[in-house]
Amino acid sequence: MRTVEDTTRPETGSPGIDFPDKPEGPVVAAVLAGGIGCLALGVFTTLAEASSSIKDWLNWKDAVGPLAGKTGMAVIVWLIAWVALHLFYRDKPFETRRALVIALVLIGLGALGTFPTFFQAFASE
Amino acid sequence: MHFTDREWWTLIHGMGFGSLFLLGFAGGLAGLYSLRAQWVTPAGIAERVHRLKIGVVAMAIAAWGTVITGTWIVYPWYRDPALDSPRSSLLGDAATKDWHHFGMEWKEHVAWLSPILATVAAFIVVYYGVNLIRHDRVRRTAMTLFVVSFLFAIIAGAFGAFITKVAPVI
Repeated sequence: MRTVEDTTRPETGSPGIDFPDKPEGPVVAAVLAGGIGCLALGVFTTLAEASSSIKDWLNWKDAVGPLAGKTGMAVIVWLIAWVALHLFYRDKPFETRRALVIALVLIGLGALGTFPTFFQAFASE
Repeated sequence: MHFTDREWWTLIHGMGFGSLFLLGFAGGLAGLYSLRAQWVTPAGIAERVHRLKIGVVAMAIAAWGTVITGTWIVYPWYRDPALDSPRSSLLGDAATKDWHHFGMEWKEHVAWLSPILATVAAFIVVYYGVNLIRHDRVRRTAMTLFVVSFLFAIIAGAFGAFITKVAPVI
């Protein structure tokens, strides 16, 4: 990842625009955490299909079924990841482009995990 | 001429929160796309960013409202074990069972990716604010996540509309 010298330089011409700059670290943390949250949803969706015990554990409310636990756990993982990554990156000047590429891969894997043809292939008997 | 409680909630879920999210997308994307130093006067940046912040936060709230009402209020009616529930109705006919096995199964999961990504995009806009105009890669990152969030919402919304046509929650 790049250093502060690369990231604090304005990338676009901004004549007459003078605002105090901010580090990109918190943005990197949010982007990566978003990817992790999406991946978590795909993982929990597939795990619930593959294991009846996990499916039962995720069944937090009978009326909603395991969808409650799958989405609830994904949100919990996302928020924990965001807090942890924010604490790590908040003062760091890393750039967002690489974080976005990583996040898009994680989002893609997460979306794959929610795709019925994929997760139903792991269905337990 | 009236709606049942269930019909009201499906309206709030789809046509309330869902439509607010989908409609707000166009304005938010236009706002982010056009936030460039060469296109905006210094005096106009603060006003435009203020509007953009309100728009993206409202979109994120609408996205959360859509999935929370959908999962916790409407979905239990859909999956009710009763023979006349939408799920039972779809699975009871070989010609419609894939609306559940593929359409609903994908919709109920993929929809939750949308508010996560909309929240990240909203955070970037709120945190970076006027600085977005100087950091093109951050603006593009926010726009990319914004668009991906929208695509997942479109998938979920489209299947929701189709399934409601085939087997409505009444």
